[in-house]
Amino acid sequence: MAATTHDHAPHGHAHGHDDHHHDHKPGFVARWLFSTNHKDIGTLYLIFAVIGGLVGGVLSIFMRMQLQFPGGTVITSGQTWNNVITAHGLLMIFFSVMPALIGGFGNWFIPLMIGAPDMAFPRLNNISFWLLPPAFVMIIIGLIMNESGSGWTLYPPLSNQTYEPGMGMDFTLFALHLAGVSSLLGSMNFITTIFNMRAPGMTLHKMPLFIWASLVTAFLLVLSVPVLAGAITMLICDRNFGTAFFDPAGGGDPVLFQHLFWFFGHPEVYIMILPGFGVISHVISTFSRKPIFGYLGMVYAMVAIGVVGFVVWAHHMYLSGMDVDTRAYFMAATLVIAVPTGVKIFSWIATMWGGSIEFKTPMLWALGFLFVFTIGGVTGVVCANAGIDQMIHNTYYVIAHFHYVLSLGAVFSIFCGFYYWIGKMSGRQYPEFWGRVHFWLTFIGVNLVFFPQHFLGLSGMPRRYPDYPQAFAGWNYVSSIGSYISGIAMLVFLYVCYRTFTSKEQVADNYWGEGATTLEWTQTSPPAFHSFTELPRIK
Amino acid sequence: MQLLRRLPAALTLLLAAAIMLAGADALANVPKPWEMGMQPAANELKARIIDLHNLVLIIITLITIFVGALLVWVMVRYNATRNPVPSTTSHNTTIEVLWTVIPVLILVVIAIPSFRLVYYLDHTPDPDMTIKVTAHQWYWEYGYPEAGELAIESRMIRDEDLKPGQLRLLEVDNQLVVPVGKKIRILTNSVDVIHSFFIPSLGVQRYAIPGRTIETWMTVDKPGVYYGQCNQICGVDHSRMPIAVKAVTQDEYKAWLGQAKKAALTDPSQRRVLADATGSTGQAIQR
Repeated sequence: MAATTHDHAPHGHAHGHDDHHHDHKPGFVARWLFSTNHKDIGTLYLIFAVIGGLVGGVLSIFMRMQLQFPGGTVITSGQTWNNVITAHGLLMIFFSVMPALIGGFGNWFIPLMIGAPDMAFPRLNNISFWLLPPAFVMIIIGLIMNESGSGWTLYPPLSNQTYEPGMGMDFTLFALHLAGVSSLLGSMNFITTIFNMRAPGMTLHKMPLFIWASLVTAFLLVLSVPVLAGAITMLICDRNFGTAFFDPAGGGDPVLFQHLFWFFGHPEVYIMILPGFGVISHVISTFSRKPIFGYLGMVYAMVAIGVVGFVVWAHHMYLSGMDVDTRAYFMAATLVIAVPTGVKIFSWIATMWGGSIEFKTPMLWALGFLFVFTIGGVTGVVCANAGIDQMIHNTYYVIAHFHYVLSLGAVFSIFCGFYYWIGKMSGRQYPEFWGRVHFWLTFIGVNLVFFPQHFLGLSGMPRRYPDYPQAFAGWNYVSSIGSYISGIAMLVFLYVCYRTFTSKEQVADNYWGEGATTLEWTQTSPPAFHSFTELPRIK
Repeated sequence: MQLLRRLPAALTLLLAAAIMLAGADALANVPKPWEMGMQPAANELKARIIDLHNLVLIIITLITIFVGALLVWVMVRYNATRNPVPSTTSHNTTIEVLWTVIPVLILVVIAIPSFRLVYYLDHTPDPDMTIKVTAHQWYWEYGYPEAGELAIESRMIRDEDLKPGQLRLLEVDNQLVVPVGKKIRILTNSVDVIHSFFIPSLGVQRYAIPGRTIETWMTVDKPGVYYGQCNQICGVDHSRMPIAVKAVTQDEYKAWLGQAKKAALTDPSQRRVLADATGSTGQAIQR
């Protein structure tokens, strides 16, 4: 029973015997500030992710404006530039993609898909959300103070007391501490919920793929975030308490930070994409009206990506002076990841094969995802190659690669999930026409932004440059035009939201029809405040 | 709006770039407008990198086309109008084994030359000379340990000092002068933050990290000037510490070296004790 979730409800009728009044909702403050309901917390996460994404997106448009022409005058100070790129990276990762896919969809749909009334630790869930807004504010403070220009990778010595002396850098570091604790608490909650609260009959091998994806993601977070926390703590001590973990003058080593950072940072990229894999699987299966092809292969591909993802971190450090055998190992291990990723791509195509495909907006995003993720995946094989990396390391090729998998891949999966589930979450359907407009504008825009960046990178344009030699002008111009188109697409998305939430149309429980087979479709749209008061049985 | 005012300029620029593209071979050692691939090789290292990149590029392009074609095919053949009744197939062991094993084989094809390349690029066992690259915020210092204490500081030429024909953000006051045809060992180091010594046309790049010395190597086939840029965020002027390597014949190099040494004796600002700049001289060399 979900009785614990009523502890904070204001005294009204039916309080204390919720068996009769499952849809009793507490007042505004109790409901949204002290929320313990997984759906409300999921909603908070989603709103937060939209805000984080908008701020990070506006920063990226400033960046593209500056880079539209050589000698740009939008952001003239190098320090401001470095701050903007730092904030853009951190905001997009920690305050947009992760809150949307993990906090948002995870909180909303893990209980609904496994037939649980709520998360295992509702109050832990509450604090794991409420740690994020202060973290967000601190990132913004770091940005406004113009004192955290180290890049999101935070490499010392650039991030230490000597070269970034202001308090803004400390704000940024503490923000990451808070965001990290938030992720840790959230993922412990996920793991406990998934292991203990599945409906009777739902064995691990019957769990929906989104649940598997969330489970693997949660494990990655639990194992990697503490390492980041350790690295940041050491950095904070170096900055403020006279230690020398990363300072060669005191016997420390800047490369140690890189190892610690990427031991977190590489799993982090899978943390961002795995839940997206889950969403895409459900959408493709639903709109092909076919069960997912090779379910077990899909599950163990994700597990394999999670495991191997922990032993490839130093491919970010090929030029940091590691000995050649180490580089050879990390190259080999990294190439291996292409195999489970390929299994997933082919299984999705095989799911569509023989299906009866309807091209609704969520399916468009899913198909778009397959295309851009394939491009981002194959350029990953190029980047993994330590020899070739000597030429493309830190160039725009890398920018193009990781934006193809994240800014396109992960973000496409977020929008895919939004269009797929918004009817379930809000009870109202999005306008199909504007959903399609949103998709096509985004698809054209982001490809225009990032595809030419491959060329810039091969040609040797370094990243994190506010200004560049004349020769790079052409493709930069194209890339900037693409970013304006993507910006317009984002406005269309806001319009879609407006139309959706003001629509009067009430959608059915399972508005996608027979293709949608997971448990959330057995609930009303939107689901009752407390769902699954009677546990479903899985045959 | 500034953007609108600049639009005509941008279009002219695009046009000019397109014209330059037609006859740009004269400068093979700088980035070129609308370049879509790597800068052409000026030595064996870059040539081998390009060869491997071409191999990988062909493979990944074929894979992308293959996946794209499959996507188009399923969209055309299995859409709801043409195929109203979906199949219920959800397993096929043969094909699942195939799409695991074939990618593994493709990766083996990529991996073998990749290993060869990474070991080749790592270091040269028999260097003819050594250049000590020391990075500073925001300039490079080039030491010639075999020429005594000679060290040269190399700073970017600011926009206002550019002469006609010079490349903005790429030209420096003192170029790194090296002889052609010699195996040059490069040792990178930094005195402040991390930088990266990156010359695309010469196929060379290593971080410059305080507290450690990193070894790599390069050769230069033909005389000329080869441009590169700092490639690891290093603060405010990250984009303003380019690298320019001037390769000259052996005789010219000897003459230049003699002059430079003489200049260093008369002008103390040109002379640095390298050991001071890089900390202890007894550091282990990292490859």
